[in-house]
Amino acid sequence: MRGMTVIVKTVSSWVKVLIFLYGVYIVVFGHLTPGGGFAGGVVLASSYVLLMLAFGREFVEQDLPLALDSKLDCIGAFAFAMIAILGLVFAGSFFANFLYQKYLPGEPLRLISAGTIPLSNIAIGLKVGASLFLVFFSLSICRRGKGVTFDSPAGQEQE
Amino acid sequence: MAVFYILLLFVIIAAIIAVETKNLLSAVICVGAIGFGGSLMFLFLRAPDIAITQIVVEVMGLIILIRATISRDLTFISGDREFFGTVVSVVIVFVIFLAGIHVFDTLPDFGTAVFTQVPDTASQTYIEEGLERTGAANLVAAVILDFRAYDTLGEATVLFTAIIGAMVILRGKSRKLLEDPD
Amino acid sequence: MPYALCFLLFMIGLYCVVVKKNMVKIVIGILVMEYAVNLFLIMLGYRMGGVAPIVGQSELDPSTGGLLSSFLNASVDPLPQALVLTSIVISLGSLALMISVCVRVYGKYGTFDITEIRRLKG
Repeated sequence: MRGMTVIVKTVSSWVKVLIFLYGVYIVVFGHLTPGGGFAGGVVLASSYVLLMLAFGREFVEQDLPLALDSKLDCIGAFAFAMIAILGLVFAGSFFANFLYQKYLPGEPLRLISAGTIPLSNIAIGLKVGASLFLVFFSLSICRRGKGVTFDSPAGQEQE
Repeated sequence: MAVFYILLLFVIIAAIIAVETKNLLSAVICVGAIGFGGSLMFLFLRAPDIAITQIVVEVMGLIILIRATISRDLTFISGDREFFGTVVSVVIVFVIFLAGIHVFDTLPDFGTAVFTQVPDTASQTYIEEGLERTGAANLVAAVILDFRAYDTLGEATVLFTAIIGAMVILRGKSRKLLEDPD
Repeated sequence: MPYALCFLLFMIGLYCVVVKKNMVKIVIGILVMEYAVNLFLIMLGYRMGGVAPIVGQSELDPSTGGLLSSFLNASVDPLPQALVLTSIVISLGSLALMISVCVRVYGKYGTFDITEIRRLKG
């Protein structure tokens, strides 16, 4: 997979920044406008999928190695669970919105509001984006039509 | 609302074509038509969150589906099962359709939300008190990350399991081939 | 009427799963059923002439800071939307899982046809 023509490469190297920024916007403003962690995470993943389709797999592998990607996936899931446990510690119940109830009420319809909801959005966005990119990467590795030449996507971390 | 019905018919026609066409690539493209039509319908049903998510998920899913079908030499498929089995299946599906369609008589008419027919529903509470109890202006975000965050935790677990399952299935026996460039 | 059409969409997916023998067609049938169920759940919460369940500056009462009754009486149901939001992302994960099974089976047997696969397995 050596990538596409120079026109596609040039355009996608410009557009990928905008797509990534749009994904970050959707994730961060998820508690005020339509969107949220799920949609924003898929947009973040699709910016890297665009890179992979235009430049080939090896280019993306230098930019975002598989080991880093699976670490990001785990960090997202861990952060979401930690937010829930912090609610248990500070406010007495699992998934309690302790920041909004006690420490940082904020002002409605502003970016700093809603306590733990933006933090949970960021964690969910990280998790969804990283895991969808991971599965797309795995699918693109085994691409031979027939035969058994399926490479090991997880082999790099294991050994 | 006429546009909504037109979109619904469009989606049904696209589904029939996706099911019945012999070419796998055409079927995948018709799935894309269903997804984008569905995204527009969600916009008409006042669900912008779902519309955004559906449209980006549809793009990713189409890439995955096309990736699975385009490089295979067998994009044209042969006929279906034997005639008798097909007829029996169609008759059974049609009978299920006729029997199940009476369930919708018990629902209120389209355009009357179900939660307004019952007093003291959870949805009414979310609409009335969601902003002051969570501070989130987007009530859908308030529901998925505050009121019903257990649901999201379960969703993250299911997604994690599905991704791990996909990677385990795709993993080959030989790891030496990884060094082999293309 | 829209409920019946939605159920028809579900039945098209079910027919595809039951009758077709190509594995990718079965995956497509499951996808169609998922679309139909998501659409039905969203339809249950729709109000004629409703507004999206997102509070903007125009929905707040300027004097008290509370919600206007025009929003309270017109907002659509946020609960099915939240459930469907998770369901859509899970459907993408399960699509990836099903497609990887299909790719793997194709690599082993060289066909997507399930009767052919059963015959080859002996």
